[in-house]
Amino acid sequence: MGIRERLSGNEAAATAMRQINPDVVAAFPITPSTEIPQYFSTFVANGSVDTEFVAVESEHSAMSACIGAEAAGARAMTATSANGLSLMWEMIYIASSLRLPIVMSLVNRAVSGPLNIHNDHSDAMGVRDSGWIMLFSENNQEAYDNLIMAHKIAENENVLLPLMVCQDGFITSHSIENIELIEDEKVKEFVGTYKPKHYLLNKEEPIAVGPLDLQSYLFEHKAMQAEAMKNAKQVILDVAKDFEKMTGRKYGFFEEYKLEDSEIAIVCMNSTAGTTKYVVDKLRSKGIKAGLLKLRVFRPFPAEEIAKALANQKAIAILDKADSLNAAGSALFQDVTSAMYVNNKHVPAVNYVYGIGGRDTKADDIEKVYDDLLEIVKTGKIDNPYRYFGLRKEGDK
Amino acid sequence: MDNLLEIRWHGRGGQGAKTASLLLADAAFNTGKYIQGFPEYGPERMGAPITAYNRISSKPITIHSNIYEPDYVVVVDDTLLESVDVTSGLKETGAIVINTTKSADYLRKVLKGYKGEIYTIDARKISEEALGRYFPNTPMLAAIVKVSKIMTDEELLNDMKGSFKHKFAKKPEVIEGNMKALELALKEVKKI
Repeated sequence: MGIRERLSGNEAAATAMRQINPDVVAAFPITPSTEIPQYFSTFVANGSVDTEFVAVESEHSAMSACIGAEAAGARAMTATSANGLSLMWEMIYIASSLRLPIVMSLVNRAVSGPLNIHNDHSDAMGVRDSGWIMLFSENNQEAYDNLIMAHKIAENENVLLPLMVCQDGFITSHSIENIELIEDEKVKEFVGTYKPKHYLLNKEEPIAVGPLDLQSYLFEHKAMQAEAMKNAKQVILDVAKDFEKMTGRKYGFFEEYKLEDSEIAIVCMNSTAGTTKYVVDKLRSKGIKAGLLKLRVFRPFPAEEIAKALANQKAIAILDKADSLNAAGSALFQDVTSAMYVNNKHVPAVNYVYGIGGRDTKADDIEKVYDDLLEIVKTGKIDNPYRYFGLRKEGDK
Repeated sequence: MDNLLEIRWHGRGGQGAKTASLLLADAAFNTGKYIQGFPEYGPERMGAPITAYNRISSKPITIHSNIYEPDYVVVVDDTLLESVDVTSGLKETGAIVINTTKSADYLRKVLKGYKGEIYTIDARKISEEALGRYFPNTPMLAAIVKVSKIMTDEELLNDMKGSFKHKFAKKPEVIEGNMKALELALKEVKKI
C-alpha cells in the first residue's frame, strides 16, 4: 500500500525527484515551476539526497549543465516553464540529438508575449518536434507517477531520448490535492541505477560527444533518433506494466474514459481531462453517450492507437490549449485528424482552442462542446472546424 | 457527506485567506476526505482582493476549474463587501461567513438580498485577544468549519494542534494563542 498524502503538483514533482535522487539537478527558477528546484534545494541542504545541485544563471545553462552531466555519465534532471524552456531551445535539440536521457519537469505556462504567468500549453507545443518524449499529467498523482516512470523509459538502450513530464501551471502545480506516494525504497528499486553504455568519464573508452556532423552522417543520425522515438512506444507500455505491478495504477498511451460505447468524444490533455470527466458523468446521467480520450503520451504520438480508439465515434472535438496561429487548426487537432485520415477512419472532427493564458476552463464550457458535437451528429454539418471556447466576443464582459 | 462541498474565500493579500484555505484542506484531509485547496493567482500584493478555493468530498475530485457556485463563502475582510460580488453564484442552501462588526441591516443590504444564511464573527477582537495581533485567518477557519460542519469542533482542534506544532516549530510561543483563537471563534460565530 502506498502512502496517503496531500501535496501540490510542484511538491509531488519535487518529492519524485527526491526519491529518484539523481546525480545532478541544474535549474533556474521561473514561475510556476520555481517551487520544484526550491523544494529540491532544501532536500539537498538537509541531506535527504546526495545530488549535486547546480544553481545556474539561466535556463540555457541549466540545460547545458544537464547535457554535460548526462554525457559524463550522470543522471540529470531539471524543471522549467514557458520562457525558461524558450531560453533552453538551442540545448533542447542538442540534448535529444546527443541521445541523452535527461528528465525535465515542465510546468506548462503561456510563452510571452505579452507577458503572462498562467497556464496554457504553448511552451510544450513549441518543442513538440525536438525529439523529446512528452508525457502529460491530469493531476499531481500523474505528474508524480510519470516522473517515477521517466528514467526507465528514457534510459532504455532502445530509446535513449530525453523526456519531459508536463503538468498544468497553477491549476495542478499550486493546488493541494490527495496523492498516493510510493515508499522511498520501492522507488529506488524501480528506478534503478543509471548505467550508461557510453559516457565521457569512461577512461576505458575515450569518446567524443557532439562533434561536427555534416552531409554524410546527420541524416542517418536523425533517422536513428526517429527510430528511437518509435521504439519508445513499446518501452513506455512495458514500464507502465511494471509500474502497475508496483502500485496498481494503470497507464497507457492514453486513458479512455467511457469511450467504449460513447458516440461523441473529446480529446484533450492535462487538467482539462479531469474537468471533462466530471462533465461526462453529468451527461451520462442524462443518457447522453459522451466519452473522453485523455492523451498521456503526446510524443511519441500513438497515431494508430488513437485512430482505432476513436473510430466508432459519431463526432469528436479535439481541445488545444495552445493556438498554432496557422489559419488551419492547432497541434493536437492536426495530429489526431492526420492519424484518423492515414488510418482510414473518417469521423467528423472539430478543433477548439481554449484556456489561453490561464483563461479558466469551466465545466459549462466543456458541456457546450458536447452540445456542439450533438448538433454536428444531428445535422452532419461543420461550419468552422477551427474554433474557440472561452474567448470573449465584442460586447461580452 | 457524500457530495462535493465547495467553498470560496475572499480576502485581501496578506490576511492569510490562501493559508486558511490550505489549512482547511489539510484538516479535512486528516479526517479522511478528498480535498482541493488552491488560490486564484493574480498580480498579488498586500491589500489587493484575492480569492482562494476549497473542494471537499468523500469521493475523488477530478474537476479542475475555479468555483462558480459555492456552497459556502468566507469573507475575511468586510471592506470587500461593497467592491466584490461575494455572493456571486452562492447557493441559497448554503451560507456566507463574514468577519465583521457591521449591523445585520447593513449586511443584508450589501449582500443584495442573498436568501441563504448569513453568519458573522469578529475575528479582529478574537485575534487581538488570543494572539495580541490581527491575524484573521485562524478564527475564520474555525468559523467556516463550525458553519459547514465539515468536521466536529474536537476534530478541528486536535488536528490544528498538530498542524500548528509543525507550522510554528520555530516559534512555539504562538501555538497556544492560535489554539485559543480557534476555540473562541468556534463559540462566537453567530447567525444574523
